[in-house]
Amino acid sequence: MDRTQLLIGVAVALFSFGLVGVIVRRHVLVMLMCMELMLNGVNLSLVTFAQQTSTTAGAVLVFLIFVVATVEIALAIPIVLLLARTKRTLDLGAYSDLKG
Amino acid sequence: MFEADVLNVVLFLPLLGTGLVVAAPTGNPVFVRRLALAVMIVQFALTAWLYVRFDSARAGLQFETRLPWIADWGVYYQIGLDGYNVLLVLLTAFLGPLVVAGAFTAIGKDEKLFYAMVFLVQFAMLGTFVAQDLFLFYFFWETMLIPMFLLIGIWGGERRIYATLKFVLYTAFGSILMLAAVIYLVWSLQHTTGIVSFAFADLVKSQLPLQAQSLLLAAFALSFAIKVPMVPLHTWLPDAHVEAPTTGSVILAGVMLKMGTYGFMKLGFPLFPDATQLYTPVLMALAVLSIVYGACLALVQDDIKKIIAYSSISHLGYVMLGLLSLDLVGIQGAIIQMVSHGLVAGGLFLMVGMIYERCHTRELRAYGGLARLLPVYSVFFMILTLASVGLPTTSGFTGEFLVLLGAFRAAWPLHTAGNDLQLILAVVAVAGVVLGALYMLRFALTFLYGAPKAPHQPFADLDRREKWILGLIVAAVFALGLFPNEPMGKTELAAKAYRQLVTTSRLPGGKP
Amino acid sequence: MLTAIVLLPLLGFVLNGTFATRLGGNRVGPRFVSVVGCGLPIASFLLVVKALLDLRAGGWAPLVEIAYRWALIGDNTFEIAFYFDRLSAVMALVVTGVGSVIHVYSTGYMKDDEGYGRFFAYLNLFLFFMLLLVLGRSLLVLFVGWEGVGLASYLLIGFWFHDLANARAGKKAFVTNRIGDAGFLLGMFVLFQALGTLDMDRINAAFAGPVLPAVSASLVGVLLFIGATGKSAQIPLHVWLPDAMAGPTPVSALIHAATMVTAGVYLVARMSAVYLHAPEASALIAVVGVATAFFAATIAIVQTDIKKVLAYSTISQLGFMFLALGVGAYGVAIFHLVTHAFFKACLFLGAGSVIHALGGEQDVRRMGGLARRIPLTFWTFAIATAAIAGIPPLAGFFSKDEILWYAFASTHGGSPLLWLVAAATALMTAFYMFRLLWLTFFGNSRMTPEVEHHVHESPSSMTGVLVLLAALSAIGGFIAVPHFLEPQLPLPPVDEHLHAYETPLLVLSVLLALAGLAAAAWLFGGPADRAERLRARFAMPHRWLSGKYYIDELYERVLGKPLVWISDRVFLRFGDRALIDGTLHALAAIARGSAAVFGRLQTGSLHLYAWFVLLGIAGALFWSWRHV
Repeated sequence: MDRTQLLIGVAVALFSFGLVGVIVRRHVLVMLMCMELMLNGVNLSLVTFAQQTSTTAGAVLVFLIFVVATVEIALAIPIVLLLARTKRTLDLGAYSDLKG
Repeated sequence: MFEADVLNVVLFLPLLGTGLVVAAPTGNPVFVRRLALAVMIVQFALTAWLYVRFDSARAGLQFETRLPWIADWGVYYQIGLDGYNVLLVLLTAFLGPLVVAGAFTAIGKDEKLFYAMVFLVQFAMLGTFVAQDLFLFYFFWETMLIPMFLLIGIWGGERRIYATLKFVLYTAFGSILMLAAVIYLVWSLQHTTGIVSFAFADLVKSQLPLQAQSLLLAAFALSFAIKVPMVPLHTWLPDAHVEAPTTGSVILAGVMLKMGTYGFMKLGFPLFPDATQLYTPVLMALAVLSIVYGACLALVQDDIKKIIAYSSISHLGYVMLGLLSLDLVGIQGAIIQMVSHGLVAGGLFLMVGMIYERCHTRELRAYGGLARLLPVYSVFFMILTLASVGLPTTSGFTGEFLVLLGAFRAAWPLHTAGNDLQLILAVVAVAGVVLGALYMLRFALTFLYGAPKAPHQPFADLDRREKWILGLIVAAVFALGLFPNEPMGKTELAAKAYRQLVTTSRLPGGKP
Repeated sequence: MLTAIVLLPLLGFVLNGTFATRLGGNRVGPRFVSVVGCGLPIASFLLVVKALLDLRAGGWAPLVEIAYRWALIGDNTFEIAFYFDRLSAVMALVVTGVGSVIHVYSTGYMKDDEGYGRFFAYLNLFLFFMLLLVLGRSLLVLFVGWEGVGLASYLLIGFWFHDLANARAGKKAFVTNRIGDAGFLLGMFVLFQALGTLDMDRINAAFAGPVLPAVSASLVGVLLFIGATGKSAQIPLHVWLPDAMAGPTPVSALIHAATMVTAGVYLVARMSAVYLHAPEASALIAVVGVATAFFAATIAIVQTDIKKVLAYSTISQLGFMFLALGVGAYGVAIFHLVTHAFFKACLFLGAGSVIHALGGEQDVRRMGGLARRIPLTFWTFAIATAAIAGIPPLAGFFSKDEILWYAFASTHGGSPLLWLVAAATALMTAFYMFRLLWLTFFGNSRMTPEVEHHVHESPSSMTGVLVLLAALSAIGGFIAVPHFLEPQLPLPPVDEHLHAYETPLLVLSVLLALAGLAAAAWLFGGPADRAERLRARFAMPHRWLSGKYYIDELYERVLGKPLVWISDRVFLRFGDRALIDGTLHALAAIARGSAAVFGRLQTGSLHLYAWFVLLGIAGALFWSWRHV
């Protein structure tokens, strides 16, 4: 297995763990962390391919993803905070007011 | 030229009015009312000036403005006056101050928002009439929906939510199909000739195969037929009228319904002449059905607003009959009938509003002997009733007589050639005048005569403001009834152009 | 000048209408109303006389006056124009002459009514429209007048509108007229599409010319006659006239006897050139006319309201006029129109005088013995009765006899059968009119004591008019109207072989009139139970006649109720609510239902949403891998 394949394997593993985590876990904060994992897995694969083909687009995209992720967290945390305050729990099952 | 600027001012003045009304200080409704009335009067004065300056002898657009909007798509801000819209624009501007003045004592809450909505509707309606670019037309057509929705939904009667939703959804449904048709039409023009344009003047030269024309006509016709309204797409109107506040009803009956007939006259039929010729029997049958069905239904109503609502359906059936007759007399009659109906139905709704403010009921049976209780009111009511019935010397007669004459004259050659349908329809339409007398006089009988009866007596007869409003309308009704030649002079070239466009085939492969 | 004739009464309407009614605040007194209301019609009358003199001075060439252009559409011009020829002169003289006289009568009759100003305003309005009708050059102007007099009639029949029945009668008149108007409009349209004009002089010229227009004259004739049927109360549109008696008596005299109802006769006479080429239409007119005359006379025999007798009599006499028109004797029909205006107006106004004297009583069963109490009214009424019965040398004899003669002998459709029915009607006419005279004025008084106490002769504003009209009824027959109209409306040729019958028939008609008089005198002049016994013997026919053959009930059953039923059940409940709105509500329900179904996907569970995202991405990736 050469270096690229290893790196991609790690990226895929990161992504998969994150994905499984989002699907399976019920704790909101853990889900957020898993989403970060997914994003980082994607980042890793982007950097790998960028280095391989020597294009700058991949690296730039990574920066874009960082920014988006940060903004996303900046918005998500307060939302979770408010939800937690009203629902008094961080269990995802309780957040179903938008049902139907 | 200067007049073109004035036309732009006339169009955007209501928008300015919206701004002024919203910016006005809260808690001073009298100031807001006077401000709104002042803006409307200025608009009418300018429009009247434009009407006088309108040259009857010139064909085509006058006072035109054409500015690129989305030039890459061929969308231009193009407005102008021609014989098609000059009378309707004047009607809209004429009814504006009357509508505002009529609302002075009727609105209890959120006056600023109310007048803002009225101005927005006025803006949208004027825009529909003066727009010469299909995109612009569609834009204004859709703009009208929101303020009407709010007008009915906020200041309306008990079932206002149902009524306003019905109105908006019905109209919007038609509009969506029309949008699809518009897009196809423009694409087709670009495809065949390479010209990318939304302008009427260009689209009217498009050549389409019969099947395409039929589908497109159906899409446009659906939208316009809902607006007119033609049977069987009319059921939104009685509910909308009954639940709307007086102002809403007057705007609706006075101008908005004409947007549908105007759409047919300006767009629907001229854009698709071959399909129109093919489907004339069907459309004419629906027009005559509207005349008769509307009249019959008006006969059995107990809500005074519904009587007038159904009478509108009946009267506008005449307009459609006139437009479809493709006879110059019939077309001119249709145009006059449009204006006449706006005045008469608008006036009648204003009168209903006046009595409602005094007695708070719309039930016909609750009233009686008003000729004794409200003599001045009764005189105006009788005049407008007779105008609705089509008594000679009123505008109603001018419209109905010319439409029926034109329809008959157009149907006769077909009859001698063996095709009797149009003649039968024309004869049935003539019989409609009897029904017209029946339902309006039944209304007048219970309303005005017999033992005096009305809730919440005693009440005052018409005050000065109300007399002015009705007096102006009645004056216009008689002017149009006795001296229709002058207004018809302004529309004659457009009527001829309309007839020319609808009778000239534009199938591909035919002569260009 | 013609325009002035027409506009003067309109001015009266405007003045009285604005200032003398509650609309204007009752600003002027009855004096003003009377002077304006009567003065302007009289002025119109004088102008008509002047116009006649001008006409004669100009060698009888018709006067044409174009007021203004109403519409110019393409090649078609619609003008408001007036036309004055011999026929117009006769009509205008009757309208303004008899009209003015009735206006004067009204100053006495309506004196104490609170709607005095309104009454005169409406009367003047009527006169304006009637003059438009008779002086109009085109069918359009005529139609404006035609509808306008219908409006005035509506307003005046329902004048005392606090009683809803009166207002209903007005509405019935208007709607029934409208049915006729639909036919009239169609007739106009047929003419217009064939000739491109509605000017009556041009239409007549086209039909009188060498080449006939390519249109069925009979079709036009029938359609225009339908209009005439409505306005002139012929079968089957006669039902509004008896109900119209609800209006004040001067209205009945002016509108429903002398002028408005004759508009149909005028229309046919005016369009005589068309009818000369329309034998089928003319035959129809003659038959309808004589049938109506007979039918109405039978009903008049048993009526007990003094005005209703006169109303049915009017329908009957109008039938006579149409009979004359149907056999081509247009000038004779107009002659009878003129004499009828004289004696019928006199009769109605006389009836008004009686009603006034009796404080409102209209039932002849409660009258009697009035001849000595109100002599002027009695004598004028008697003269007019004799006139209508056809007793020579009074006016009715001349005109009616000519009609009977031409019904028999005209080559344009005259036949012995027509004569027979018409003669029978003439007999009945004499009978029921003298019956009326006897029951009202002779015998013992059957009045209630309070009424009897107040009986008094009417004021001179009323009796003066009665005297004038009675005099005209007496000598009016000597005004040779058919001869005057002959250059314009030639008399129909008469079958050569029948000339011998002329004098015998004349004698016969006089005998019939006298027989009617005798029968009435015998039946109603003798002991009171003679008529009663006759009625008891013929109870069922009497009921049918009293019930006016139950035609109103028939119309209600066959037309009125079904129309309302269809409008309510079929159109409103089934069509609008069940079908159209039902479809809409069903569509809305479908939208709501499917929304509910799809809504169940929104479980609120974020995990489920995440699964959907995943599935969606997987699907998209798979698809793009397949379609690369």
